Amino acid sequence: MKTARDVLAKLLRDPAAALGLVIIIALVLAALLAPVLATHPEAVWDMNPRQRLLPPSETYLFGTDRMGADIYSRTLFGARITLVIAIVAVGAALVIGVPIGLVSGWRRNWFGEALMRVSDIFLAVPQIVLAIAIAQTLGPSIENIILALSVTYWPWFTRLVHAEVRALKNETFIEAAIALGVPTWRIILTHVLPNVMSPIIVRTSIGMGFTILTASALGFLGLSAPPPAPEWGRMISESREFLPEAWWYALAPGLAIFLVVMGFNLLGDGLRDVLDPRIRRAAGGR
Amino acid sequence: MRIVALVLKRLAWLAPTLAGLVAIVFFISRVIPADPVALLAGETASRAQIELLRQKLGLDQPLIVQLAQYYKQLLSGDLGTSLFTTRPVWEDLSARLPATIELTVAAMLVSVVLGIPLGVVAALNRNNFVDHLLRVVTVAGLAVASFWLALLLQLLFAMDLRWLPLQARITGFPPPAITGFYVVDALIEGNFTRLGNVLAHLTLPALTLAFPALATVVRFTRAGVLETLQRSFVTYQRAMGIPAGLIVWKYVLRNSLVSTVTQIGLLFGILLAGAVVIETVFQWPGIGAYAFEAILQSDYPGVMGFTVYAGFVFGVVNLIVDVGHAVLDPREAAA
Repeated sequence: MKTARDVLAKLLRDPAAALGLVIIIALVLAALLAPVLATHPEAVWDMNPRQRLLPPSETYLFGTDRMGADIYSRTLFGARITLVIAIVAVGAALVIGVPIGLVSGWRRNWFGEALMRVSDIFLAVPQIVLAIAIAQTLGPSIENIILALSVTYWPWFTRLVHAEVRALKNETFIEAAIALGVPTWRIILTHVLPNVMSPIIVRTSIGMGFTILTASALGFLGLSAPPPAPEWGRMISESREFLPEAWWYALAPGLAIFLVVMGFNLLGDGLRDVLDPRIRRAAGGR
Repeated sequence: MRIVALVLKRLAWLAPTLAGLVAIVFFISRVIPADPVALLAGETASRAQIELLRQKLGLDQPLIVQLAQYYKQLLSGDLGTSLFTTRPVWEDLSARLPATIELTVAAMLVSVVLGIPLGVVAALNRNNFVDHLLRVVTVAGLAVASFWLALLLQLLFAMDLRWLPLQARITGFPPPAITGFYVVDALIEGNFTRLGNVLAHLTLPALTLAFPALATVVRFTRAGVLETLQRSFVTYQRAMGIPAGLIVWKYVLRNSLVSTVTQIGLLFGILLAGAVVIETVFQWPGIGAYAFEAILQSDYPGVMGFTVYAGFVFGVVNLIVDVGHAVLDPREAAA
């Protein structure tokens, strides 16, 4: 395991990964400082019929929407929703998926097998399909989107950790630890887990990007936070009524999704090169 | 026959997976909601109607009995009745499946036909300008929200330039229904005006849907070609003086496509998932647009039926891809 400083130094030498990191830092700053950076913070949730559907100008950088709200300001506040959904959903998927992968990879008996079969079922349909069913049952809200995304994403972590642990179990140092009588929980925590951290970190970064894309698609389908919340997917969906006249309507939220997902993907690719040289750069889209 | 054994093995695996999926959908639709009957009956149902449905569905029974009944119902092809169309969900979806398959296959063709040569070109130009340019395109393909890209393309090609139709599958009457695939039906009919019409409608949605899959194909082909170029048979062929073009496009490509072909099952997953959203934007009358309508109308049986149906289609498609792969590469069948 390399130190965090080593990893960071190597990442910054890779222009693509460095760009990804910059984008993610910008996203976090945009979310934290939204009230400061927004040019019309008061107009994010209010109606201003007079300023309805104005094209981009010096006052309204990306134009205004159907409520007369400043689209630039709304997009900034939308970063908060996106970030909360992605962090909590991927975090929950980690908390569920990694322990299950550790147990099923370590114990090669019926119990481990059964756990893997369950994760296979979740992987048998595209994530968005199951997420639609869950979100529709629970009703449109941020909490329910987070639940739907974490319940459908954990098997990706389980799969990954399972395969890594199975390969690791045959290594001499693990066999030695078993032979020395080290308690199983201790072997897993101090010997196995640190050795599977690299692929988990890589998968987390790419998973953040993928989750943001899926969350925005659910928003577009009307299953995420209800209006007037400035959810990016829903903003793009709203714009369809006003095309082609209001061509600027979907510009800012669409660009925001694009940049943020690209940021996490670039960082993930860079992390993979630094942390896990065994895996080829091309592998894995999700 | 090895292939038959493989099909049986995969079928034996598919059945419990689908059963598990149904159990998950059952849990989502019957256990999570406070009153599942009210959801199934819809917002406009009266109290008496809800009670009638409760008895009909046997929701007073223990959960395990309900699950068994749900399996029995599904085995007879009953996915429930749509509240919106008032027809069986199974019939609605089956009528719309050809539209989705047509769109998905078109996108698949675009991504493979463009993606493989681009991947080879990227590998041959490793780390120079062309490779970097293609990397930017693939990174963008995996990062762009497909529904946003769809809107941009509509804005440019349909609304502004007016080169291509904005939405729908066809203008005017569809070709006589033989296969349900408009491209095939128009060909059988021999009506080339109609075929042109159908292809024009297919272009934008297929391109939008293909973009992320294209990025995946390019990345995998590039990596596969780079790996194969290291192998000793390439060095040997070079030493023998075989033209570089022939080595790359014939021998290297064939050897590196194995990993790309393996990805086709994965691609179908990306494409089917993408279709849900893309169909909505282009008013493409497939199962994805149906799911969106069902969400809008709070058509609960429609949404749940769609989930099971999509899982079923996905399982069958994967089965076909696996078997096709085994036919192409017999080593796979042995594994």
